[in-house]
Amino acid sequence: MTAPILTVAAVSKRFGPTVALDRVDLSIRAGEVVALMGANGAGKSTLVKILSGVYGPDGGELWLRGQPFRPASPHDAKQLGIATVHQSIADAVVPTLSIADNLLLDRLCDPTSPWRVPPAVRRQTAAPLAARVGLDVDLTAPLASLSLASQQLVTLARALATRPALLILDEPTASLSAPEAERLFGLIDRLRAEGVAILLVSHRLGDLRRVAGRVTIVRDGRIVADLPAPIDFDAAVETMIGRPLRSNAAADTNANATAAAAATAASSACFSVRDLQLTSASVPFDLDVQRGEIVAIAGPVGGGKSRFARAIFGAGRAASGTMTLDGKAWRPRSPADAIRAGVFLAGEDRWRTSLFPDSVPFASIAGTLSFPFLSRWFKYGGLKRAREQRAALEAIERFGIRCTGPDDRLNRLSGGNQQKVVLARWHTQPARLLLLDEPFQGVDAGARADIVDTLRRHAQERATLVFVSDLEEAFEIADRVVRFDRATLDRVSQSDFTSHARS
Amino acid sequence: MKTSTSIPPEVVSETHPVEHERSVRRGRLRGLHGLRAHLERTGMLLVLALLVIVFAVNQPAFLNIDNLFSILQAVSIVALLGIGVTVTLAAGGFDLSVGSVAASAQMAASYVLIVWHGNAFEAVVACLALGIAAGLFNGFLITRLRVPDQLATLGTLFLLAGLQLIPTGGRSLATGTILPDGTETTGTFPDAFLALGRLRLFDVVPLPVVVLAVLTVVACIVMETTRWGRVIYAIGGNETAARLAGAPTARYRIAAYVASGAIASLGGVLIAARVGRGDVSAGHSMLLDAVAAALVGYAVWGAKRPNVFGTVVGAVFVGVLLNGLTMLNAPYYMQDFIKGVLLVGALAFTFSVGRAADRHA
Repeated sequence: MTAPILTVAAVSKRFGPTVALDRVDLSIRAGEVVALMGANGAGKSTLVKILSGVYGPDGGELWLRGQPFRPASPHDAKQLGIATVHQSIADAVVPTLSIADNLLLDRLCDPTSPWRVPPAVRRQTAAPLAARVGLDVDLTAPLASLSLASQQLVTLARALATRPALLILDEPTASLSAPEAERLFGLIDRLRAEGVAILLVSHRLGDLRRVAGRVTIVRDGRIVADLPAPIDFDAAVETMIGRPLRSNAAADTNANATAAAAATAASSACFSVRDLQLTSASVPFDLDVQRGEIVAIAGPVGGGKSRFARAIFGAGRAASGTMTLDGKAWRPRSPADAIRAGVFLAGEDRWRTSLFPDSVPFASIAGTLSFPFLSRWFKYGGLKRAREQRAALEAIERFGIRCTGPDDRLNRLSGGNQQKVVLARWHTQPARLLLLDEPFQGVDAGARADIVDTLRRHAQERATLVFVSDLEEAFEIADRVVRFDRATLDRVSQSDFTSHARS
Repeated sequence: MKTSTSIPPEVVSETHPVEHERSVRRGRLRGLHGLRAHLERTGMLLVLALLVIVFAVNQPAFLNIDNLFSILQAVSIVALLGIGVTVTLAAGGFDLSVGSVAASAQMAASYVLIVWHGNAFEAVVACLALGIAAGLFNGFLITRLRVPDQLATLGTLFLLAGLQLIPTGGRSLATGTILPDGTETTGTFPDAFLALGRLRLFDVVPLPVVVLAVLTVVACIVMETTRWGRVIYAIGGNETAARLAGAPTARYRIAAYVASGAIASLGGVLIAARVGRGDVSAGHSMLLDAVAAALVGYAVWGAKRPNVFGTVVGAVFVGVLLNGLTMLNAPYYMQDFIKGVLLVGALAFTFSVGRAADRHA
C-alpha cells in the first residue's frame, strides 16, 4: 500500500450554531477513486469546499503528498495540487471565447502570464490539454458550438492542466447521456492508471457502481461508513439516509392496485399521441397513457424529452401529429391554456423554470404555490392571504416539506424541500395530466423516496408522465417505462423495458 | 518553582469567564443584528427626518406649510416619472424614455391648445394617447423585435426628443410663435388647463401633489396587493418561470411600458399647465432624477427591490435636500453633485448592509 495522497484528520467546520463537519477523517491514495455519498445538507459540499480552498477548516489538519495543506484560496488549492470540476459548467466557461482560450483561461487570467500570447501559440499550448481528455475538435471554434458534454470535457481538461494530485468531480454526469458518461468513465480509468486520486461526488448509484473503488458516506457532518468495493449499494443508501428503504413488497402491491384500477376505470387512454413528430426530421411515434398510470419517458439529456414535455404543455410546438386528452383533440396554444385545462408541467432545473429569486417579494412557499392559480383564485385581482396560507399548509402537510411555515423563503430550504414545493404546487389544484421533467434533480435519496411515495399516492386522480434520464429513477417511480431518444420513442426496446418495470 | 505557582487567575478559572464572555458577545451580536435589520428598514426615513430637523433648526421658514408643499410640488413630476420607471424595473425592464415622453407630451398639449385651438380635455387626451403610443412602441420593440429593454427605450428617448422639435421648427410654443410654415399661432392656454398645474386645493395643496398622491396610492395597491402586481414582479424575477406558470409575460411587459408611458405623459400635462407654454428644454434632467428616485427607493423600508412607495420617498428626499440646502444658501451648481452623493450612498446602503444582514440571519 502506498502512502495516502490526501489525509484529512479531524476536520471540523461550523457555521454559526450549525456544525457542518464534525471531526471528519478521510484518506485517499494515488490511483484511488473514492465516492462521497450523503444526503443534501449532510456536509459533502462543505468538505469539498474545504478541500478546494473555498473555506478554511475551524479545526483539524489536512496533508497533501505528506505536506501540510492549508490553501488560502481556490487558486492556491489548485497550485498545490487539488483541482475541482464543479457541477455547473456555465459558471466555469466563457461561451463566446474559443475552445483554446477556454482551455487556457486560468493561464490567461494569471497576472504573471505574458501580456500577449499569439493565437498560434495558444492553439499549440491548448492542443495537448484537449488531447489528454480525448477532445478532438477545432480549437479555434467558439466554445458555445460544443455540446454540453464536450464543454464539460473542456473544464476537466483545464482542471488537469496543473497536473493535480487529487481531482474532485462534483456530480460529473448530471447532464450527460449514457454514452457520454461512459466516455467520462473511460477517462477516469485512464487518470486512475496515471496515479491521480479522484474524489467523486454523485447522487447516481450507476456512476458509483461503475467507477468507485470505495464509498465514504457522510451524514450529519460525520463519516458514518467507509465501504470498500464490492459495494452493497442498498446498504450504502440505507446508511446514508439513516433508515431502511421503502420495501419492495409494499411497492408491488401498490403497483398491482394501480394497474387493476387503471384497467377497470379506463379502457380507453386518458391521454394519447398519434404520429407525433417533434421536429421535422424526427420519426413519428404513438403513445397512450391511462388515468391512474405513471409512465416514465426515459432517455438521455438532449434526447428531446423536454421538447416533448413542452409540446404537450403548449410551451413549444410539434412539427406534426395529433394529441388527444379525454377524447378531445388537445392543441394548447400556451402554458396558460394548458393550466386552465388541468395539464401541468413541473419543469427541469427548478431555479430556471419554476422558482423565483429571493428579490421577488413573494418567493415564499405560499407565494410559489399559488402563482399559477392566481387568476383562478383571485378573479377580481385582490389577493387574499388566507387562501394562499391554507393551500400552503395543506401542501406542507401532504408533501412533508420541512419548514417553519408557509412564509419561509424558498432559498432557505434544502434542495429536496425546494423540489417538494415545486411538485406540491402542481398538486394544489386537481390535474388531468401531470408532466414532471426530471423531478429528482439535485434531490437526495431520502427526499426522493418521500416524493415517489406522494406521487404514487395521488396518481389515481390523473395520468402522469415522468421525464427522466436516470433509468433507476424511472423504475423507482413508474408503472411503465418507455425509452425515448432522438425525439422519438424507441420502438425496438420498448417492450423489453416495459417487461422489466414492476412486473 | 515560583513561576509554576504564580499562574495567572484568568487561566485557572478559564472556562467560566470565557463562556460568560462568549454568551455576552452572542447577545451583543444578536442586538447588533437586530439593530442592523432595523436600520435597514428605517435608515432612509430616519435620515429624511434628521434632514428635516436640521433644516428646520437652521432655517425656521423651512417648516412653513407653503414651503413644504412647494417642495412636494417641485418633486411631484419627477416622482410621477419615477413611478413609471419603477413599474418597468419591477417587470425586469428599464424605461429610459420617460423624460422624453413627458417632454413631448407637454409639447403635444401646447400644440393642441395653441395651434389647433383645442380645449383642455382634448389636450389631456392627446397627451395620454401619445404616452400610451410610446409605451406600445417600446413594448413592440422589446417583446416582438427582442431589442434589449435599455437599448429600445434609449432609442425611443432620442426619437421623441427629436420628434417634439419638428412641428415647431425647434422653437418653444406660445401664443404668437411663428411656425415653420410662416403662420403665427393664435391659440391660448385656457384657464381650465392651467388650473391643472396651478390650482391649489383648499388654497393649500397644489393639484399636481394631489395627482401624485392618488397615483401613488393606486400604484402601491396594484403592485403590492393584486395578482397583476405579483405577475409583474414575477416576470422581473424569472420570466421563464412566470411563463411556464401560465402568465402571459409579453402582454404584461407591454402593459408595464404602457403604464409607464401614460404616467409620464400625465407628468407632461402637469409641466405644460405649470409653465403655460410648450418649452423645448423642459424635461431634460427629469429622466436622471426619476431613475435616481427609483433607485434610492430600493433602500426605503429595506425593500431591496423597485417599489412605488420607496420611489416617491426617494423623490421627496431629493426635494427636501435641495430645498433645504438652497435655503441655507448652497450654490445651485452643487445640486447634481448632491444628488449623485445621495444616489451612490443609497445604493451602497442597499446592497452592502442588506447583504450583510442576509448573511447573518
